[in-house]
Amino acid sequence: MSLTRQEVEKIAHLARLSISEQELPIYVTSLSSIVDFVAELARADTGNVAPMAHPLTGLHQRLRADAVTETDQHERYQANAPSVQAGLYVVPRVIE
Amino acid sequence: MLHDLSIGALADLLSDRQISSVELTRHFLSRIERHNPSLNALITATGEQALLEAAAADLRLQRGERGPLLGIPLIHKDIFCTDGVRTSCGSRMLDNFVAPYDATVVERLRAAGGVMLGKANMDEFAMGSSNETSYYGPVKNPWDTSKVPGGSSGGSAAATAARLAPYATGTDTGGSIRQPAALTGVTGIKPTYGRVSRYGIIAFASSLDQAGVFARSAADAATVLQAMAGFDSRDSTSVDVPVPDYRAALEQPLKGLKIGLLAEFFAGLEARNVALIEAALAVYRSLGAETVDVSLPHLPLSVPTYYVVAPAECSSNLSRYDGVRFGYRCDSPKDLMDLYKRSRGEGFGAEVKRRIMTGTYVLSAGYFDAYYLKAQKARQLITDEFRAAFTRVDLLLGPTTPTPAFALGAKIDDPITMYLNDIYTIGANLAGLPGLSMPCGSIDGLPMGLQLIGPHFAEARVLNAAHQYQRATDWHLQAPSGYA
Repeated sequence: MSLTRQEVEKIAHLARLSISEQELPIYVTSLSSIVDFVAELARADTGNVAPMAHPLTGLHQRLRADAVTETDQHERYQANAPSVQAGLYVVPRVIE
Repeated sequence: MLHDLSIGALADLLSDRQISSVELTRHFLSRIERHNPSLNALITATGEQALLEAAAADLRLQRGERGPLLGIPLIHKDIFCTDGVRTSCGSRMLDNFVAPYDATVVERLRAAGGVMLGKANMDEFAMGSSNETSYYGPVKNPWDTSKVPGGSSGGSAAATAARLAPYATGTDTGGSIRQPAALTGVTGIKPTYGRVSRYGIIAFASSLDQAGVFARSAADAATVLQAMAGFDSRDSTSVDVPVPDYRAALEQPLKGLKIGLLAEFFAGLEARNVALIEAALAVYRSLGAETVDVSLPHLPLSVPTYYVVAPAECSSNLSRYDGVRFGYRCDSPKDLMDLYKRSRGEGFGAEVKRRIMTGTYVLSAGYFDAYYLKAQKARQLITDEFRAAFTRVDLLLGPTTPTPAFALGAKIDDPITMYLNDIYTIGANLAGLPGLSMPCGSIDGLPMGLQLIGPHFAEARVLNAAHQYQRATDWHLQAPSGYA
C-alpha cells in the first residue's frame, strides 16, 4: 500500500512537523515502504491474544501516594526556555 | 598501559595509592584529546569538571574509603541528563539544553565515585543503527574509520573500544547497546526492562528503553551494573526486585547449563557468522554446557512489530518538544502553529521525523487496530514464546548482528535495510529480557558479536556465562590497532 502525498501532508500536520517541498517526496517513498514492511504483521494469527500491557507478566503500573514531593524550581527549569517573561512562557499571540 | 587495565585492576591501583584518580583522569583526557577528533565519539568533553570530581575521589580514597568504581573515569551517553552539563540527545532540538538535574544512573555512578569525562555521541534521540543520524556528525569505528560503529550508542561503544574510558553507559531500545558493542568488539549488556531506572533518560519508546553498560569484559560490566541497578521510586516502571551480587556469580561453573539455539536466528545466517557461533558453542560445550534446539515461530515478526510499537511511543514522547518550554525554537514564528511546526521541523533530523510520522500514522483514526493493536498482540505472542523457551533452557545464544560494521553512508538512505540490522536484538527488547553481546571473532578484520539472552532478571546468569567464555578465550582482549 502506497501513501499519497496528501496523506503524508496530513500526517505531518497531525505531528506538527513542517516538511519542505524537497523533503516531501522522500517521506512519501520511505513512509510507504515502512507501511508495506510492517503490513507483514497481518500474517500473524492473533485471534485469541490480548494486546501486551506490560513486558513483565503480572506487573502493573505502580501508583504513588497523592502527596506533594516536588519543590518549586521554575526559575531553574525556565532557564532552558526560549522566551520567558515574569515567570511565564512567551508564545505568539493566540487570542486577537 | 593504564587504559588497557580492567576496572578491577584500576581500583586496586587506586586503592593501594599507586596512582591517583587525578592522574588516571588526566591519562584518559589526553587520550580523548588525541583520538576524539578522528572518532567523533564525544559530543561534549567535561575535562575541567572531571578533574574536580577526580580530586574529590582522591580525597575519599585518602580518607580510607574504598569502592569498585571510586575514582574510575567513565563516559555517559548524551541521553542521560547531567546536572549543569548540556544534554543534547544527539539532536539540534536539544543543542542548547542544559539538564537541570541528574538521571538516576548518573546520580548512582557519581555516588559510587565515578568521574565523568564527557558525553558520548549517539544517533539522534537514539533512533538509528549506525550513529549517522546524530546532529553532531557520525562516529567512526576505531577498527576502521571508514566504517560505522553501530548505533544508537555508537559513541559509547567507540570510546570503550578505543580505550578513551574504562567503561561507558548506553541505552538499548531495539539493540542500541548490543549492536554497537558487537560492531566495535566490546562487551555490552542490556538488562531486564525495569532493572535500571529510566529517570532522567530522555525517552524514546518507554516500554522498550533500558539503560546498560559498555565495558571491555563481562566482569567489568558486572561491576558497573551492580552500581546502576535497583529500584527507583522516580521511575514508575522500575521494579522492586533485589539486585543479586553479580560479581559473586561470575565464577560459577557452567556444568549442566542448558543453552538454547534458536532456529530463527540461524535461518539465512551467513556461513562465516555460523562458523563463529559454532566455535563459541564448542567453547561452551568444553565448559560443560549442553545445547538444546528451540524455535520461536513468531520471532521473524520482531522487526515489523518493533517498527510499529517504537515509532508509536516515539511520536507520543517527542510531542513534548514544542519550542515553548525548552529546546530549539524557530526564528520569528508568525503564529503558534507556525512556531510548533517549524521548531519541530527544523529541530528534528530526517530519521526522527520519519519515525514520528510513522508513529502518528499507526496511531491515527482508522489505522490504530490494524497496526498498533495488532503489533501489541504480536509482541505478546513473541514474549510468550520466549517464556516457553525459558522453561526448557537457561540461556539463548546466537549472533548479535548479521554482518560486521558496514561502510559509512552504505545504508543511511534506505530505512528498511538499516532497520534490519537489529533483526537479532529486537526480540529481547519486545519481551523485556536481558541481553549481552561480546566479541567472538572477526570477519574481514572486523569484530563480530555473540549474543546471550536470559530470562527476566537473569543478568547474573548472563554475565556468568559471558565471563566463563572470556576466561577461556581472548577475543575481548583484542584492541583496534592504534589504540592499544
